[in-house]
Amino acid sequence: MQDPRPAGAAGEVIQLEARDFSFWYGTTQALEGVNLAVPKRKVTALIGPSGCGKSTFLRSVNRMNDLIPNVRHEGDLVLDGESVYRPEQDVVLLRRRVGMVFQKSNPFPKSIFDNVAYGPRVNRLVNGRAALEALVEESLRRAALWDEVRDQLGENALGLSGGQQQRLCIARALAVSPEVLLMDEPASALDPIATQKIEELIHELKSEYTIVIVTPNMQQAARVSDRTAFFYLGRLVEVGNTEEIFTAPREEQTEAYITGRFG
Amino acid sequence: MPTRTEAPRRPPPAMAGRLARLLPSRSRGNLADQLFGILLKAFGLLLPALFVFIVLRIGREAWLAVGTFGWGFLLSSDWNPVLEEFGALPFVFGTIVSSFLALGLAVPLSVGVAIFLTELAPRWLAPPIAYATELLAAIPSVVYGLWAIFVMVPFLRSAVQEPLSERFGDAVPLFEGPAYGFSMLSGAVILSIMIIPFISAVAREVLDAVPRAQREAALALGATRWEMTWQVALPYALPGIIGGAILGLGRALGETMAITMVIGNGPEISASLFAPGYTMASVLANEFTEATGEIYLSALMEIALILFGITIVVNILAQLLVWRVGRRGE
Repeated sequence: MQDPRPAGAAGEVIQLEARDFSFWYGTTQALEGVNLAVPKRKVTALIGPSGCGKSTFLRSVNRMNDLIPNVRHEGDLVLDGESVYRPEQDVVLLRRRVGMVFQKSNPFPKSIFDNVAYGPRVNRLVNGRAALEALVEESLRRAALWDEVRDQLGENALGLSGGQQQRLCIARALAVSPEVLLMDEPASALDPIATQKIEELIHELKSEYTIVIVTPNMQQAARVSDRTAFFYLGRLVEVGNTEEIFTAPREEQTEAYITGRFG
Repeated sequence: MPTRTEAPRRPPPAMAGRLARLLPSRSRGNLADQLFGILLKAFGLLLPALFVFIVLRIGREAWLAVGTFGWGFLLSSDWNPVLEEFGALPFVFGTIVSSFLALGLAVPLSVGVAIFLTELAPRWLAPPIAYATELLAAIPSVVYGLWAIFVMVPFLRSAVQEPLSERFGDAVPLFEGPAYGFSMLSGAVILSIMIIPFISAVAREVLDAVPRAQREAALALGATRWEMTWQVALPYALPGIIGGAILGLGRALGETMAITMVIGNGPEISASLFAPGYTMASVLANEFTEATGEIYLSALMEIALILFGITIVVNILAQLLVWRVGRRGE
């Protein structure tokens, strides 16, 4: 395997870095020696056919994979210069710094307000009702949902449309002020219009957050991301600026995949 | 359309009815199918018919007592067969108090066991513990009773009742009086042990059924396991847990053998947990054979009717409660 290219242009800060990272579910190897640098406040898209390890990679960053029995890893994932797997790492703190949006929107069966307020409450981020209300409003604004729900904050979140629910989940993740936002196929269950809204949102969010998005949709990767990483069979085949990957990939496999010859 | 994470719904009754009408008509003309249909219809009607029959029969037998004592039967606490004085209040009191006490003891324990098994226990440990818990349900009632007489009651007497009544007996009515051992407390404890397997089995299943996406949502926001369990998994599972508790309550209300052996069988209403009590089921079991005289038998029948009624009311209330709590999530 060829060394991936060094991360982007000069002046870019690397927020997250995989160093020869491998991952196993039991005896099945899902990731093999991945080296990947994720620049700060950019959107990095992970693409590849299903089963290629892109979601596994994503879920390793906030250690969501810890919940699965019999998993192990080698190598390291480094966030802001510190390993997320170091023994003294508090997983709860890690997950506050690394937000996650899931494939299928998963709001709690509570009110819209309580959904967004969950993170701040559980992490005791604010004092007092007024501060909490302000934070909820700000988070909903950032997720471009405020105008649609401002009059129904007390209503159950499950009454929202699928696209609104997903933006609510984004607002919920933003409410704890994460540095990194992981998005696991956030639009795969949504219609084109809702998808477009999510993509616009990603554009706006990248000025403040480092975003890593897994997407099964190559056009989406091309539209939203600054950098694209192509995974295949658990390996990182190629990573580079999105434009280059889609116009002039260096690897034959990448080209075959993005031109639709397999996957 | 909003995506909902909940159990699949049953088809609306109207549709089920249409289906049922549709199916036999397709096979009309086939004698075996027709006979089979009639047979099934008979089975289907048999149980409601049996229910009605039991109610009518008990009601008829109880009619004499209902007519003789009126509402006084429910309000009087005199139970003296020799003088033909019959009041059901101590039995109603004993049944309800022992059952709710049992529920109060059993629910926290059962939910605790269920949380341990679903959230904390190592994978190799959870199945044997779950199995052992459920095996408690297989022990015959009379065996529980025997164990309670020889092990549980003496233990409760020396470890709980005596110290409490010595220290607080004068000040706290709950702990008043001599520590016989055979008491409301013993009855409630044995009931709670008997209903734990049911409640914990249901609680475990509904906790297991909480979608992974819900748990992950909480954890991804920086919730600890504990917070995730309390704030997300438990509320999600709450309607099911309430359902399980009601199942347990239903069993406790009707349980006869074991509680008869330990509750002391004294028809009195006492504030003290250490005083003997008497339940409706127990008085029926104890006195049926010696119920000479029409009015005595009829009074017992009326108690049976009341027990039946209470059980049905509890079940209906429970169903309403489950609906209410379940709908809150929609």
